[in-house]
Amino acid sequence: MSHTFAAMGGYAVVGLRGEIDLHSSPEARRLILECLQDGRPTLVDLSAVAYIDSSGVASLVEGFQLARARGLDFGLVGVSDAALNVLRLARLDKVFPIYESAQERIGQGDGP
Amino acid sequence: MAAERHWSLCVPAAADRLQDLRCLTREAAAALGFTATATEELVLAVNEACMNVIQHGYGGESGLQELWILPIHDGIEVRLRDLAPPVSLADWRPRDLQDVRPGGLGVHFIRSIMDEIAYLPAPDGIGNLLCMRKCRDAPEGGV
Repeated sequence: MSHTFAAMGGYAVVGLRGEIDLHSSPEARRLILECLQDGRPTLVDLSAVAYIDSSGVASLVEGFQLARARGLDFGLVGVSDAALNVLRLARLDKVFPIYESAQERIGQGDGP
Repeated sequence: MAAERHWSLCVPAAADRLQDLRCLTREAAAALGFTATATEELVLAVNEACMNVIQHGYGGESGLQELWILPIHDGIEVRLRDLAPPVSLADWRPRDLQDVRPGGLGVHFIRSIMDEIAYLPAPDGIGNLLCMRKCRDAPEGGV
């Protein structure tokens, strides 16, 4: 797994790329939680995720829960088909806020 | 476990070897005529079963796990052997999906994807031999 990071419209945008599994999910978790612990609303870009397993999904759930606890905005953007299929299987596709792109979420104007 | 055609791989039960097991599963499922969607689901289920061995079977201790993939008349059979303390399906505890929290999804994934799951008697009574089967779906876009 590799990642990108961008600051956009008051949001931290964490882009995850490749395969997120038990080996790489601790890094994904750290990247997401660090942004939220710094008090930044966070979007996780999953457009380049080719594979994600339950440990990767758990990292996203942890981010979602920490954001809620801190009153910060959190969402997933550009979710790849591979990732969306797994979120559907976990019945989490209706739990996470999901947007086409970071620009779509930021452009809605009710963010941070 | 001899068979006319099969795929097998024995690796250390470690997170950095899961990708090898996924690659083997993907190759076997595609060769046996599974659709792209069914192949990825199968890969997820096998990955989760292998994760269970790493996290719960060996509990962080070193050990080996061996994956066997065999064709059956209407699909695929996956056998996963380890030398961890014996477990049973009763030890598999999925969580309530309404309870949104990290963890506990692996068992749900396996049970949702696979058609049959059973522990077979382990050779020499040592470790575990998990057997999972999945039937082949109709081709995508087909009749």
